[in-house]
Amino acid sequence: MTDLLLSQIKPGGESPFGTDEYVVNMGPQHPATHGVLRLVVKLDGETVKETMPVLGYLHRSIEKICENRTYPQCITYTDRVDYVSAMSVNLAFALATERLMGLEAPPRAQWLRMIFVELQRLASHLLWMGAFAGDIGALTPFLYGLRERERILDLFEMTCGQRLTYNYIRIGGVMIDILPEFIPKCKAFLDYFEPRIVEYEELLTYNPIFLERTKGVGVISAEVGINSGVCGPSLRGSGVSCDVRKQQPYLFYDQVKFTECLQNDGDCWARYRVRMDELRESISIVRQCLERLEPGPIETKLPPILKAPPASEIYSRIESSRGEMGIYLVGDGTAKPYKAKYRCASFSNTFVLDQLTRGWKVADIMAVLGSLDMIVPEVDR
Amino acid sequence: MGDQIVQWVAGLLRQAYAMLGLSPIAGILDRIVCAVAMFGFVSVFVMFLVWMERKVSAHMQSRIGPNRVGPFGLLQTLADAVKLTTKEDVHPVKRDKIPYFIAPILAFVATFMGMVVVPFDNKVVVADLNIGVLYIIAITSFTVIAILSAGWSSNNKYSLLGGFRSAAQIVSYEVPLVLSIVPIIMITGKLNFSSIVQYQQQAGYWFVVPQFVAFFTFIASATAEANRAPFDIPEAESELTGGFHTEYSGVKFAMFFLGEYVAVVVSSAVAATIFLGGWLPLPFFGFLHLPGFIWFMAKVLFIIYLIMAFRWTFPRLRVDQLMDFGWKVLIPITILNILITGFVVLLLGKGA
Repeated sequence: MTDLLLSQIKPGGESPFGTDEYVVNMGPQHPATHGVLRLVVKLDGETVKETMPVLGYLHRSIEKICENRTYPQCITYTDRVDYVSAMSVNLAFALATERLMGLEAPPRAQWLRMIFVELQRLASHLLWMGAFAGDIGALTPFLYGLRERERILDLFEMTCGQRLTYNYIRIGGVMIDILPEFIPKCKAFLDYFEPRIVEYEELLTYNPIFLERTKGVGVISAEVGINSGVCGPSLRGSGVSCDVRKQQPYLFYDQVKFTECLQNDGDCWARYRVRMDELRESISIVRQCLERLEPGPIETKLPPILKAPPASEIYSRIESSRGEMGIYLVGDGTAKPYKAKYRCASFSNTFVLDQLTRGWKVADIMAVLGSLDMIVPEVDR
Repeated sequence: MGDQIVQWVAGLLRQAYAMLGLSPIAGILDRIVCAVAMFGFVSVFVMFLVWMERKVSAHMQSRIGPNRVGPFGLLQTLADAVKLTTKEDVHPVKRDKIPYFIAPILAFVATFMGMVVVPFDNKVVVADLNIGVLYIIAITSFTVIAILSAGWSSNNKYSLLGGFRSAAQIVSYEVPLVLSIVPIIMITGKLNFSSIVQYQQQAGYWFVVPQFVAFFTFIASATAEANRAPFDIPEAESELTGGFHTEYSGVKFAMFFLGEYVAVVVSSAVAATIFLGGWLPLPFFGFLHLPGFIWFMAKVLFIIYLIMAFRWTFPRLRVDQLMDFGWKVLIPITILNILITGFVVLLLGKGA
């Protein structure tokens, strides 16, 4: 496969100085690719001629594995699809299965799910902010982001015992109820966290070098974005309304007040602003959920063996931290899905990279890649 | 006070020479002792700086930093140095052998040699060259050859890119660096560091006051010259993995690493001497009667702290933005500054 790819991108081209283009392999091991993404980049000096993402270095065949597991067993695998935002994938799969089987989780479970998914969004965006800043050379925000993420993970650990792969949101409800001290701790965290956003903004948002590196760089026009399947905060940076929480409300998102964060420029800075604004929105959603939380059961009564109706199919989507997370399930009357297809935001977002970086400099690949917020296991699955 | 210490040490040395019967070659021996002393001092100081940088960055990132080896982790750098020197020297098979071998040595030596003309105290200087300023500019430019040959000979595309970036960067920033020193030379009419400090002593002000523009442009270009963030594009780790030293390991890597820090020390020492009055005490603190050496080191550390703070706060510039900043911002500012200084010097009738 390598030879095939390298033969597709051959050095060549005419230049008035008699210079040649050359091909650089960025990755699979490279500090800026966030894992094992490989980019085959054709360069003319510092200028990028072509960028080709090469996938599959982290392929774990999760979709195939799911075909051989019962529905509840699959939830464990969904944690590994997007380890930075595992709650969202848990939720996506649980919701898809519930819709396939006509189940519904009790209200308390729904509110809990919203709390945890939004906290997860905070954690994911914090990690993204740090990694993005690191990609363009500022190493300090990474530590700031992780500092607050730790406290969110503490909240998760307190509830379900895990810090990365939670397996918390289950079919028909959630794994376990929150502890009594969860609510005050969560509120304390939100109060502590909200002023911190100002700190990040002071450090980055209007930093002249940061502006130089991100303003006008990697512009996704609304048309290109929609045509390439870009979704989530990356597309909202181009001014396209695409928040599944607004367009097709699931859980109780129609009962909480929040605004969809939009920016119009479509550049790296706009995508950065969208995510920073989403931090504030998520805080407000978690606050509202904590207010609305009432005692009650946390899971519905499930049959001993969970079977999908024969010849049934469903496409169910949610807004994960990275964008639209869709699950397509086909049931064949047995306890195992006939097909489980994950539609992941990172996968579609990665492939706009080539269009965005042509004619820009090497350093812009990192800025654009960082701003798209891709997670390699979610791309390869 | 520094003067007296030097004379005392010189006396001891004379006695030692006499005892060993080496008095006829005392002049040569003096030079060797000075060079070794300077080498030892700078090496230890650089080790301290590596520790300091890790502590400063830890503080800025709300971490603790090294605290295992020695008190406050002070010996961490020593442990790292031992690790690096005992490490297997891995090198690419298809390297260009001679430049690959010479590059780290050149990077290390060229920056070290800059330190010899910087006065630590009144008359405490290894070589009080009358063209010290010219010498230091010439000698620090050697780094570009080292980095370019390292990038070329490693036979690695990242290294090559890093090497070329570095060549472009150092050549571009050499110009504003020199141009920001020119106004000082116009005022004092001297190229000797000690004379520049003495001028500041007589004038009663440091050059940072009338020449604060030059001070800022100097610090900016010196940061770029030393390949430090936000101008660290030759070794931009998120883009080029390690840049020009991607393929270096063990002692050779240590030499590049030390060379970078020594370059920072040299730039800071020059800035402290030219703009902050070298060994002169802080205004209103003269009553402390500290040795000039202490004042000098305090100023050097202050500037180094500034440079470290830049590194841990700013993102990295892109290569074309870096060139723009050098040619379109720094150089016009420095030239304008030279013009204005020239007029003022003419009007006041100062200078040579």
